[in-house]
Amino acid sequence: MSLAEPALSSRSLTHLRALEAESIHIIREVVAEFERPVMLYSIGKDSSVMLRLAQKAFHPGKIPFPLLHIDTTYKFGEMIQFRDWYPASIGAELRVHTNREAISNGANPFDLGTQKCCGLLKTRALLDGLALGNYDAAFGGARRDEEKSRAKERIYSFRDKIGQWDPKNQRPELWSLYNARVDKGETIRVFPLSNWTELDVWHYIYLEDIPIVPLYYAQEREMLVRGTSLIPVEYNYPLLPGEKPEKVMCRMRSLGCTYCTGAIRSTATTLPEIIEELVSFRRSERELRIIDHDQEGSMEVKKREGYF
Amino acid sequence: MSSASSIEQFLRDHEHSELLRFSTAGSVDDGKSTLIGRLLYDTKGVYEDQLAAVKNSRINRSTGEFDLSLLTDGLRAEREQGITIDVAYRYFHTPKRKFIIADTPGHEQYTRNMATGASTASLAVILVDARKGVLPQSRRHCTISWLLGIPHLVVAINKMDLVEWSEAVYNQIRADFLDFVAPLGITGLVFIPMSALEGDNVVEPSRNMPWYDGPPLLEYLETAPIDKQFNFHDLRFPVQYVVRPDLDFRGYSGQLASGVLRAGQRITVLPSGRTSRVRSITTWEGDLPEAFAPMSVTVTLEDEIDISRGDMLVDPSRMPHVSRRFESHLVWMSDAPLAANRPYLLKHTTQTTGATITTLRHRLNINTLAQEHPEGLSLNEIGLVEIETARPLFFDSYQLNRATGAFILIDPVTNSTVAAGMIAERKEENQAADLSAALRTDEFSAGRLTPAERYARWRHQPATVWLTARRDLAYLLERRLFDRGCLVHAVVDDFESHVLPELARFSNLAGMIAICSSASDDPEGRARAERLIGADRFLAPDPERLNVDDSTAAQQIIQMLENKGILPVDRFQTGEGI
Repeated sequence: MSLAEPALSSRSLTHLRALEAESIHIIREVVAEFERPVMLYSIGKDSSVMLRLAQKAFHPGKIPFPLLHIDTTYKFGEMIQFRDWYPASIGAELRVHTNREAISNGANPFDLGTQKCCGLLKTRALLDGLALGNYDAAFGGARRDEEKSRAKERIYSFRDKIGQWDPKNQRPELWSLYNARVDKGETIRVFPLSNWTELDVWHYIYLEDIPIVPLYYAQEREMLVRGTSLIPVEYNYPLLPGEKPEKVMCRMRSLGCTYCTGAIRSTATTLPEIIEELVSFRRSERELRIIDHDQEGSMEVKKREGYF
Repeated sequence: MSSASSIEQFLRDHEHSELLRFSTAGSVDDGKSTLIGRLLYDTKGVYEDQLAAVKNSRINRSTGEFDLSLLTDGLRAEREQGITIDVAYRYFHTPKRKFIIADTPGHEQYTRNMATGASTASLAVILVDARKGVLPQSRRHCTISWLLGIPHLVVAINKMDLVEWSEAVYNQIRADFLDFVAPLGITGLVFIPMSALEGDNVVEPSRNMPWYDGPPLLEYLETAPIDKQFNFHDLRFPVQYVVRPDLDFRGYSGQLASGVLRAGQRITVLPSGRTSRVRSITTWEGDLPEAFAPMSVTVTLEDEIDISRGDMLVDPSRMPHVSRRFESHLVWMSDAPLAANRPYLLKHTTQTTGATITTLRHRLNINTLAQEHPEGLSLNEIGLVEIETARPLFFDSYQLNRATGAFILIDPVTNSTVAAGMIAERKEENQAADLSAALRTDEFSAGRLTPAERYARWRHQPATVWLTARRDLAYLLERRLFDRGCLVHAVVDDFESHVLPELARFSNLAGMIAICSSASDDPEGRARAERLIGADRFLAPDPERLNVDDSTAAQQIIQMLENKGILPVDRFQTGEGI
């Protein structure tokens, strides 16, 4: 090493820049090795981060794949507004798929129950949407710190011809050498944010000033208060006798369908306040996602069937 | 934390924290899950609702109030059997570092999972049960960590509470371990006595072991140097993707595998060997004066060179090895055993090419380190093999450079990943052994070089290819043959054409393949060359039948050379290119 060379220790990336470099590598690798990749766009904070990483990966070019939103028709109005504005504003192509057949047959969470509703409007719609677009790789924003069965998911997660995950027969994944080989009809779900934590995601949004759906910020909202649960009032949610919505200062910690996403009481109206809440409350973000708790090992069961 | 300033401070600290990936291996019995549960719990890496679920669980295999090991139990099958089958990734952070734990099972039948976890780790925590001492499992983890090039190894001697915090027990285990690793040449091992269950020397120092004056595990994890993670000396930039938004911008995207890249720097492109200078290092944030591993960037060059995915930009003064043959350690990961001379696909950096395993040198017994000589390798076995690839790889030994010394093998039929490979340093004695093996059946005299010796070195026969007015084809063919490892020389019409036959003959005598291209049709010269060289070593393709496209024509000629027995048949020339 010559004297002019700076000390090696100065060449160290912060953990967020190291995660960013890894994710960009993954995104480029998929575009280079698959014929028809697509990015699943859920409108949430993780999707926003994934989208920014994709922009960075192909800069100064455009994102060379479409985004796909699986619309259950039970999303928050503010989510749909954001969906229709943000991707277009950065020049990304958005496609939307809905299981129209199930909707016209009357599928809804109030009558079917959350498990069946999610099976039809999310898992089925996702599998159909992917098959319809003939996509061979689909990016998802899932992270390994979200839930126990996700901790064992690969970055390239192989799905068979009917979209199912076999957790006991996953391909070994070493270094950053991803095996992209699939036969016709088989697909790979790719998780570029695998090694990010919820805190990393928020911190990155803060540092990069990434737009997110306003539902993440606290404000007074109409809510049904049932015990400690706050349930948003949208889509003719069936009320109990005598029940009335109240105005509550609250925010969403993760975004899903209105019926399945509880709010938390909060006064956090800025990103630092959200992060402060996160590091002091220490409750996992999926705690309020009803589908994770339908039964023991619930997420694993859903994933085997083809859910993200 | 209550004021705005303290959260801003937290964000600044967290922003500047580094990333450390480490691996653990072991089963429930040696307290690994408890150790990880303890690290997560004591650093507040566990959410309250997750903790509540554990506290409410009917299962409690520990003697404590609740079972910390349940925090890390993942899949259903594992919960039912009480074992950890697959690699699970865990995350926690302290003000100094963010940590990623690759948590792997310790049983012999899960060696492949251990290797997977170790492949990205820069530190390994090897667990030893103080009551049981150094078990095959701890040896296995140590060997695999060493083989996968993890720079820092920590031996956590756990369950010290069950041996009355005995310094003598600790010293004995330490001595046994050092004996075991001596032949591997591992130095700088760190030993920490602890009780994950009681929390001694995990996050907090132990009050029960005043005789130990080293740091607790977490303190060591926070301070272990991590600059050895990357090689900053050898520039290796594998091209992943070409970004071409418009006619004015042509950028080569990739993640630096190692080294430092600077704007204005002179680089060589492999395999073409063309050189240029870096015009810009482009990122979303703007152009950078310098980029280093493991940054993901886009590079533009001053010259227009044909570069595509799989190519590599390097510093011409620090070249990698360029070869189709090398020795490598393999961790076999498939139920179907290794088959010699079967076609596999090999993925190395951003290049995928056909490969065969030509020789199994030995199998490494990971419990005893003995070298054994079986017929093949089965699931979870480790061996040293010789590999031959269809296209040349640009590589370094794994010990020098993890990113350019690593590869995976894929079964082209089942598409499964069947092996992980770590390229070994090239050894002169092996090359000599190859030579003597090749000569064993041939007549050999100690003095002059024989054609057989030349063949053993270059692996092809000498020959002359006679072309007419195909100068570009001659140079392309020369390049293609050179890339296959051939000794080759294009003799074109820069020379006076009447001596072409003699020049070709001389080249052939030196074992070389000569490619002659005469400026115009010269039947007399061609006939003389064929006479001088001999019909079996002379190839003059009919100009009418050669494709006008140089690349296709070069392929035609290579095929003819294979058919003629000049070149060994390359099984992958047609089936590759993934």
